[in-house]
Amino acid sequence: MTVVAPQQRLTYDRMLMTAGGWALALLWILPLAYAAWTAFHPAQYETRFDLFAPLTLENFSKAWVQAPFARYFLNTTILVAMILTVQVVLATFAAYAFAVYDFPGKNIVFGLILVQLMIMPDILLVENYTTMRQLGLVDTILAIGLPYMGSAFAIFLLRQTFMTIPKELNEAATIEGANAVTLLWRVYVPLAKPTYLAFGLVSVSAHWNDFLWPLIVTNSVETRPLTVGLSIFSATDSGVEWSVINAATLMTSGPLLIAFLLFQRQFVQNFMRAGIK
Amino acid sequence: MLLPAVTLLVAFTHYPAVRTIINSFWSTGHGRRHSVFVGLENYQRLLDDDVFWRVLENNLVYALFTIPLSIGIAISMALFVHRKIAGRGFLRMSYFTPTVLPLIAVANIWLFFYTPGFGLIDQIRGVFGLAQQNWMGQPDTALYTMMAVSVWKEAGFFMIFYLAALQSISPSLFEAAAIEGAPRWTVFRRITLPLLMPTTLFVSINAVINAFRLIDHIFVMTGGGPNNATALLLYYIYEVAFREWDTAYGATLTVVMLLILSLLAIGQFFFFDRKVHYK
Repeated sequence: MTVVAPQQRLTYDRMLMTAGGWALALLWILPLAYAAWTAFHPAQYETRFDLFAPLTLENFSKAWVQAPFARYFLNTTILVAMILTVQVVLATFAAYAFAVYDFPGKNIVFGLILVQLMIMPDILLVENYTTMRQLGLVDTILAIGLPYMGSAFAIFLLRQTFMTIPKELNEAATIEGANAVTLLWRVYVPLAKPTYLAFGLVSVSAHWNDFLWPLIVTNSVETRPLTVGLSIFSATDSGVEWSVINAATLMTSGPLLIAFLLFQRQFVQNFMRAGIK
Repeated sequence: MLLPAVTLLVAFTHYPAVRTIINSFWSTGHGRRHSVFVGLENYQRLLDDDVFWRVLENNLVYALFTIPLSIGIAISMALFVHRKIAGRGFLRMSYFTPTVLPLIAVANIWLFFYTPGFGLIDQIRGVFGLAQQNWMGQPDTALYTMMAVSVWKEAGFFMIFYLAALQSISPSLFEAAAIEGAPRWTVFRRITLPLLMPTTLFVSINAVINAFRLIDHIFVMTGGGPNNATALLLYYIYEVAFREWDTAYGATLTVVMLLILSLLAIGQFFFFDRKVHYK
């Protein structure tokens, strides 16, 4: 009897864990599943659950023609690509400087950069808007991206990664006659690939989803990103059906959702390898 | 090499932060009327502003509820999917998916969920013969509906960090505990939780910032109403600065935000420093 008891406890525990895990998962997926259900069914089923209700993509096509979502998709894509490119290039150089060189005031400058991790441009809307007006950039895609292009998070992550690369590599390459740029390109960047991927995923999802700043700084279809477009579309409560709004909602998050479902494992692993713990 | 990144950082983080502080001592200029130095006048107004106190209280309650709740749920999520469990892939996906969605989209989904008479909550209540409830329309419950949205979105994101931390704990610790016959709860409290402390520090700093920074859902769901019941600090800053165009008072409110974030950063650092277990 004494031999069996712990095993029994184990299976009982496992059952409890499984039940708990599933209960939480079902609860968690419920709001999304409900929205998805209405999006894929005709409007008359939005309050009536019927397992055999006909499936349809009509809501998606309705949403697509009722607002310039194609343009919004383009704007968001340009925005996200622009931010990520500049962030990565600038942060690579900065992180390299912090990891490899010694210069006076290095720690103070680094500390000042890290301030951005706490005090983000998101909360400095008022002054940043004034700056954009002075630069004549209000209502441009550049204005949405500019405050985020110098990223403390990217500099921090890349510096941590670069510092794990042995300096001997650096010295050997310098003797071979390689300059800083080739060294970066040939040694540092390839070795930091997981960090780049992790940061890329974070950055893309953050700026794809960003709302408040774009809302303030844009006011036309040509510059508006998806999030702002979606909020305007769903705010016109002039009889837009819920099923259509839900379709638009899923549509705007779709690409990101698919990307994350595909990259889920890499995402988690890269996060761990990048040393964010 | 540093210059481009540092220039951009200073231009959109440090410079505006300093400018915010300076502008909080000046009045708002309108057209030909230039802004003038007013000393502490804006701060006096702040102290007398009922809406400001309401908003501050809302934000503190909001943080106090959402942060421990989302961290607690995140830890349970991580414990569930950390080891082999039936349908692990599905569970992980369910937990994580909300964090990928834009907050605006999340707001739409929950708005539908909450809609009186229409949404799933009232549908379920209807089955049990309960009356319809306008959860977002009542001052007593409105803020809690916003909290639910925030916890729903954040927990899965924090789970990732706990998963990473759990996988770095040596299995031999748990084996040793099992041989000693330690109860599960003791193992969790004495081994798992202390070893997760550094993660909790990191996550809670993020959670605090997010509690003040992420307000997108307020725009779609309530617009700060009813009667400012769901207005949070940053939302109020937006209203003052970009609806009433009172930028000086907006700057004063932003100073409060800067103060809170700095104080929390310092406080959290010292508080956790004593409790955090470093390897």
